[in-house]
Parts: sequence; structure tokens; C-alpha cells
Amino acid sequence: MSKIHVSTVINDDPVEYLCEPQQSLLDVLRDELNLTGSKEGCGSGDCGACTVIVDGRIVCSCLMLGAEAEGRKITTVEGIATGDKLHPVQQKFLEHAALQCGFCTPGFIVAAKALLDENPNPSEEEARYWLAGNLCRCTGYDKIVRAVLDAAEVMRAEAAE
Amino acid sequence: MTFIGKDLKVVGTRPIRPDGVDKVTGRANFGADMTVPGMIWGKIKRSPHAHARILRIDAEKALRLPGVKAVVTAADFPNIAAEEAFAGEAIMDFRDLSRNCMARDKALYDGHAVAAVAASTPAIAEAALELIDVEYEVLPFVIDVEKAMAADAPLLHGELFTQGIEPKPTAPSNIAKRINFTKGDIEKGFREADVVIERRYTTRPVHQGYIEPHACVATVAADGQCSIWSSSQGHFMVRQYCAHLLGIDIANIRAAAAEIGGGFGGKTLIYVEPVALALAKKSGHSVKIVMTREEVFRGTGPAAGSVIEVKLGAKKDGRLTAAEVTLKYQAGAFPGSPVGPGCMCALAMYDVPNANVTGYDVVCNRPKVAAYRAPGAPNASWGVESCLDELALALGLDPLSLREKNAAKDGVKAVHGPTWQNIGYAETLAAAKAHPHWRAPLGAGQGRGIASGFWFNIGGESTASVHVNEDGTVVVATGSPDIGGSRVSMAMMVAEVLGVAVERVRPIVADTSSIGYTFLTGGSRVTFATGMAATEAASRVVDELKKRAAVIWEISPEAVEWRDGMAYPAGQNAGAFEPLPLAEIAFRSARTGGPISAEAAINAQGPGAGFGTHICDVEVDKETGAVKILRYTAIQDVGRAIHPAYVEGQLQGGVTQGVGWALNEEYIYDKDGRLENPGFLDYRIPVASDLPMIDAVLVEVPNPRHPFGVRGVGEVPIIPPTAAVANAIYRAAGVRLRDLPMSPPKVLAAIDEEKG
Ligand code: FES
Ligand code: FES
Repeated sequence: MSKIHVSTVINDDPVEYLCEPQQSLLDVLRDELNLTGSKEGCGSGDCGACTVIVDGRIVCSCLMLGAEAEGRKITTVEGIATGDKLHPVQQKFLEHAALQCGFCTPGFIVAAKALLDENPNPSEEEARYWLAGNLCRCTGYDKIVRAVLDAAEVMRAEAAE
Repeated sequence: MTFIGKDLKVVGTRPIRPDGVDKVTGRANFGADMTVPGMIWGKIKRSPHAHARILRIDAEKALRLPGVKAVVTAADFPNIAAEEAFAGEAIMDFRDLSRNCMARDKALYDGHAVAAVAASTPAIAEAALELIDVEYEVLPFVIDVEKAMAADAPLLHGELFTQGIEPKPTAPSNIAKRINFTKGDIEKGFREADVVIERRYTTRPVHQGYIEPHACVATVAADGQCSIWSSSQGHFMVRQYCAHLLGIDIANIRAAAAEIGGGFGGKTLIYVEPVALALAKKSGHSVKIVMTREEVFRGTGPAAGSVIEVKLGAKKDGRLTAAEVTLKYQAGAFPGSPVGPGCMCALAMYDVPNANVTGYDVVCNRPKVAAYRAPGAPNASWGVESCLDELALALGLDPLSLREKNAAKDGVKAVHGPTWQNIGYAETLAAAKAHPHWRAPLGAGQGRGIASGFWFNIGGESTASVHVNEDGTVVVATGSPDIGGSRVSMAMMVAEVLGVAVERVRPIVADTSSIGYTFLTGGSRVTFATGMAATEAASRVVDELKKRAAVIWEISPEAVEWRDGMAYPAGQNAGAFEPLPLAEIAFRSARTGGPISAEAAINAQGPGAGFGTHICDVEVDKETGAVKILRYTAIQDVGRAIHPAYVEGQLQGGVTQGVGWALNEEYIYDKDGRLENPGFLDYRIPVASDLPMIDAVLVEVPNPRHPFGVRGVGEVPIIPPTAAVANAIYRAAGVRLRDLPMSPPKVLAAIDEEKG
């Protein structure tokens, strides 16, 4: 079984890799590219720990093939901060203690960033429904939702400046 | 040394956790994130049968597949004898543990490991699993707890005789143990009662549901030295259990704690580590094993399913006169359900003069249960807290007053033995009564329930060391894996004692070769026990800093005082010196006696008992049977919250797991004893849109046995939700649910039945 050659852009960097035809994007990120920030909680699209942004849309990277990344633009949790400056969602997760074990956190950070890119002023209910594809077993979601709404406020203020 | 009642600068604040940035940027290394040079991949083959004799395992074809490096079966593990070990909150037997990691002679449940393979890629390992040929003789099986107790049930273990009954039984049984606690005269107590309520409640197994599957990397060198990187609640536990199971000297295993993606008790055992070690030894390569989610559901955890029979007697005014509770808990394939703690917790919250509690630990063809947050207590309290609500309704009393009337207080002797001291149950009830939630108006089709919970919490062995760096910054190292933010609490307690900013103190979790023995992260013990060790080590450092200042000033150490991170001369007679900051003393340490550091290795005693009371509002959709949680308040005596945000998080997370247990979660088996829902699609845990904000109210009745007054907090919050939700459903829809989970079809059926 020969490998497939893929050219793509990950976190603004051009990347080339070889992958097996059945290898998921998540496995490619984690095992071939050493981008282990995206986590595998289920491998079946049910937990959101592997969430990445592909051409502006959130995707479970465990459900996408590595080969399908050809010509796309992908953002993983490693690409959310700008240099040493955290994204407001990341900063607010820290301030609100919106993580306990932190395993679900990369998926939530990516999903929340995508939410705020699309809807800068979500209601609590909108945030809860948007994040309903991301499982967290530790926090009860309370502090996560607060962190996301607070980050939205910060980003709106920054945008208004 | 106590800081209770003192004015504190760090404890009680909400600093950002030191491991936080790595976790929001994806840099933190969890179990599956580790790679080492030359590493290969291990996979485990599992039984498709609920109960089967293993007649033959043929790995030849698998071994011929290019890239396959080793196959192991039970034959590669020592056949060890029965030996009980203390496992924190439950008893654990090494022989059973070994056979749970790799089946010997018989597979005892669907998903039981029967062989494992290591290969150069995950895909080859996966393909090789298919090529391992296992011949089984399928045996009759039993899944249900009461069926397993029947005299004619298929037996899991020919050598299991029920403990705790006289005379000793002569025939083997699936009942591993009978436990009994009594107090007073139960017959008399029921005779005195004006009202007696007798009910039966049931639960199904639920999984801990940590989002991170079990994962490890193991290396065995040619000289026998091993290293293990794994996601567990105790790397010392991993070291000890692996050493025992494989006959390795403890000094030859170095175990490191990966960042752990949740455990809730489910990672207080080992599953993959000894298998990876055996494969590593046989293949000569480092071996990584990462479970799939399906393996997690089929092969690990869960919490026991159970039958809970409760009979309560009370006077017209609500005073309990008698309580009788019978608990039947599934242990899974090996003895060791948490029925013991279940029996102790069942009536612990109440001052009941006459009581009889009986528990049965029952094996059946399901995965061996593992601890799950307050193991055993949620089942028992589901029954007792529901039954109390039924009693309150029968008496025409408000359920909060009924609890107030019977609440255990200091000086009361609990049914399971101890006499309560410094407990805060009544305070949580008072806080519930005073909370605006308790009096808030409800709409049509809505109802409010209340329930309480108790957990012991534990102390135990912990080691912490505190090192002062050359520039006056500090490192605190402990042996406790940090599962929910405990590192920040360690740094805070040390910073408080030293009188420095918390950012100057960096906490780490040291590996088993770098710090003294530390019992696992469980029993809500880390902030209590390891925190006590860290506080003690920091206090010793303060003593040393005072000595060093005394050397610099050429006065006696007794004449030195430590305040706000600086040495001061104690009073006028000590002499007139400018205060010496910690950094200054650190800088000069080479000339005053060398490096400044201290270690404390303790066996912490006096964990404060934890009590909580929850208020829950629900709305029931009478068309679909769906239950919506509208509002939730969790009140708990936490002793002293070191970092309140992470304490609130424990309450909020525990409530959410309890709500999942109440409404959705259950193991479903098909007619052949195979698990039908081993995935998050069909085993549905709560998601963000299922819940409102959860109001966490921290009541602080300090635990005098801890320097800062800490009580464990992590486990209590999962106990009250099931009954709080059921009690709310009754008031919203007029139906009493007694079988968990209270899923829409069951609620709907109850509503239809009520309508007639
Ligand atoms: S790992 Fe992709 S959704 Fe769970
Ligand atoms: S913080 Fe542990 S799963 Fe979300």
C-alpha cells in the first residue's frame, strides 16, 4: 500500500507529508507531524477533543482523512495564539479556571475561537449549543461558558478600538 | 502550626494555574502524547464472549506478519497468588488484578484482554490482532446482580466462598462478601414509628467517562531497568502494581506521571501498563499502548450497578426511629465492589437510633468495577435520599426540615461506628434554607428537589519537598498526579507559608525516583494530605531561613522572626538589623551552610468528613418524558478553599456527572452479554446544552486537623444529584422514578401509568 503525498497549510505554515490512505487527519497531526495538541477522546466524532478549523469551519479531525487536507488551510490548537500572545479565549480559560484536567481544552479552545469568529456576541444559549459537540467530563461547563462569553466581550472591545 | 483563623494573603485567592498555559496551547503532554526513540505500538485482543474458557491461543500467523515484534498472553505473566492490597477506598487483590489485565484460563466478560501484540505501526498491530487465533468454549453467563446471587446462577469463580456469613459456606457462590452494620434495636424502632416507608431503588453501571483513554509508554532495558510513562491517578501505584504483577524489583521501575485527562477513580488501577512492559521486555523495544474509546468502555471501570432496598420509620414530627437498608452491588468479574463504603455512607448523615445495613458484593460477567468518585455512596444515597423524600411527602413535611430534624451533628455516633466531630452537615442545610434558590417561584410543570451527600475523604502517605533556588524563587515537588489543578494549590500553600508571591513558587509532580512515596490521587486526599506535606516542608524551610539569617546577623536563630517573606530580628533585644528578604538569604546560602531545601514525608491523619446539600429545579416535558435541569445549586462544607475557583469546579463537575447518572447514562447489554453502547454516541454524557450554570456555594467549617482547615472536596458533589433530580421530577410531574437512569422513555411510561 503506497503512501499519499499531501501539500497543505497548517497554522499558516506550508506543510508536506506522506500518509496512509486510511490515516485520519488526527493521526497525521499527532503521529506524523508531532502536533499532539489535538487529542483523541473517541475517534468517532463524538467528543470534539480533536477539533480543528479547516477552511474556516470546525471539523473533527478524527473523521477527516489526512489525504483530504490537500490544498486546504488548517488551524489546530497550536496555531491559536499569536507568538507569545494568547488568544482571548485562551486567556479567559485560564482566568476563569475553565479547565480541570485540560484534556478537552484544546478542542474547546478551537471550537470557541471558531464560534467567536462567526458570532462575536453569542448568547449563553448559543454558546452552549455551539459547544455541545465538545465533551468535558470535569468542569460541568459552567466556567467554560463563562470564559467564552467573557472572551467575546474582550474581543468586541478590542474590535471597537 | 496552624493558619486557621489567620489573615491569609495567598490562600483563598484565584491565581492562574502554573500548568495552564501549556494546556490552552496544546503543549501539555498527556498519556498518548509521548514518543520515545525506537518506540513500537501495542494493541490488546479482547474476548467477544461474556464468559468463556480459553482453550488455545495460536499467535503463529500474527508473528509471521512483517513488522510484528511480539505477542504476549497470560503465559507471559507470573501466575501470582491471592494477596489483598489496600487501594485507597476499596480492597484490591493482586491475583485478580493480574487476571483482569490479562485473562488466564477464562475470559470473564465481553472485552476482557486475552492477548496483546506489539508491532512497528498501529495499523500492523491492528492487523496482527485479527491473526491471533483464540479458541473458546463459551460458558453460560450472568449479568444481572440478583440473578448472579441466585443459587443456580452460572459461577464465575469455582473457589469463591461468601465471606461474612456464619457458618462458613461449603458451596462456592457469586456473592463474594456480606457486610452488616447494626445500631440499637431495629424491631423496636419500627414499632415506635408512626409512618413506615419501604421502597426499592435500582441503578445500572455507569462509566467514569474521563475523556482521555488509558495510555502508556513502557521501556525495559537489557539489564532489567524499566521506565513507565502513563496516565494514572498514581504513578507510585503504577510502579507498585507493575512490580508485583511482573515480579520486578521496585527500584528497577521508574514511573512518571503524564498529564492525566481525567480519572474520577477509574485510573486508580492499571490496565495497559503491565501489558506494555511485558511486550517491551519480549520485543526489546519501547512499547506504547493507547486504548480506543470502545476499549475504555468494554475493558475498564465502570461503577457498580446496584439494587438498594430502603425502609424508613419515623414519628409524626419527622424524627427517624429506624432505618433498614440492603445494598446489592455488582463487582463485575472480580470481587471488590464499593458496597462497604456504600453501607457506611447510606445512613451516615442521619442521627437514627435504630438501624440495620446489609451489603452484598456480587461478581457477574461485566468488567471489574473501578472506583468512581465517592465509590459506593451515590448508589446508597440514591435510595436513602429518595426514600427520605417519599417519607417527607407521607408526613406532610418539607424535605429540608425533615433533614434538619435528623441531621447528624457533632457527638452523634454514626451507624457505621465513628462519633462525629467538627462536621458541617447542618451548616449546609442552613445555607440551603437561606439560599434564594430555595424560595424562588416555580412555573407550571416545574419542580424542586433537594438531597444531601456524605463522603469520608482520606489522608495517607504523601511526600513533598521544597527547594529554594539561588535567586530566591522556589520549587515544590510532590508525588501526587495533578488531576484537577492541585499543583496550583500546592504552590499557594507553600507561598503562604514562605510569605512570597505564588508566581515565585513553581510546583511539579516528580517521578517515582525523584520524590518519596506518595499514595495515589484519590479519596479527595491531595489538597488535604499532600498539601499538609507541602506545608510542613515549607515550614521547615522557614526554620532553615531563620537559621541562615541568624548566621548572617551572628545572633541566635530564636531571635529571628519570619514575616512576609523576610527575616526580622525578634524584638529590640535581638539587635537592630535591616530585614533580610528570602532572595537575599538564598543568594548568600553557599556561605551560610549550603543549599536550602526541606522534605516532609508524612502519613496524614484527620481528613475532615465532607457533607453537601443540593437543590435542583427541573421541568418535565409530558409529551416526550424529557427532563430539563432549569437551575442547580450545590452547597458543600469544604473546610477551607485554597483556590476557590477549582473547588467550585469540583462541585460543578461532580454535579454534572451526577446529572448524567440521573438522566442518561447506563451500560446496555445484548442477550449474549455483549455491551451494546461502548461509545459516546450511545452512552450519552451531559453536554453544554443540557445544563444551566451551576451555583457552587462553599461553606467553610475548618478541619482542625489540617494547617489551613482543608477538607477533601472532590467526591461529595456526585452523591446528591440522582435523588435531587428524582425528587424534583416528582414535584414537577407527580411521578416517582426509582430506576436509574430516568431517561425519557421511563419518565414517559411513568407519566402514562399515572394517568391510567
Ligand atoms: S476524537 Fe474526534 S471527536 Fe472524539
Ligand atoms: S477539563 Fe477534563 S475533560 Fe474537560
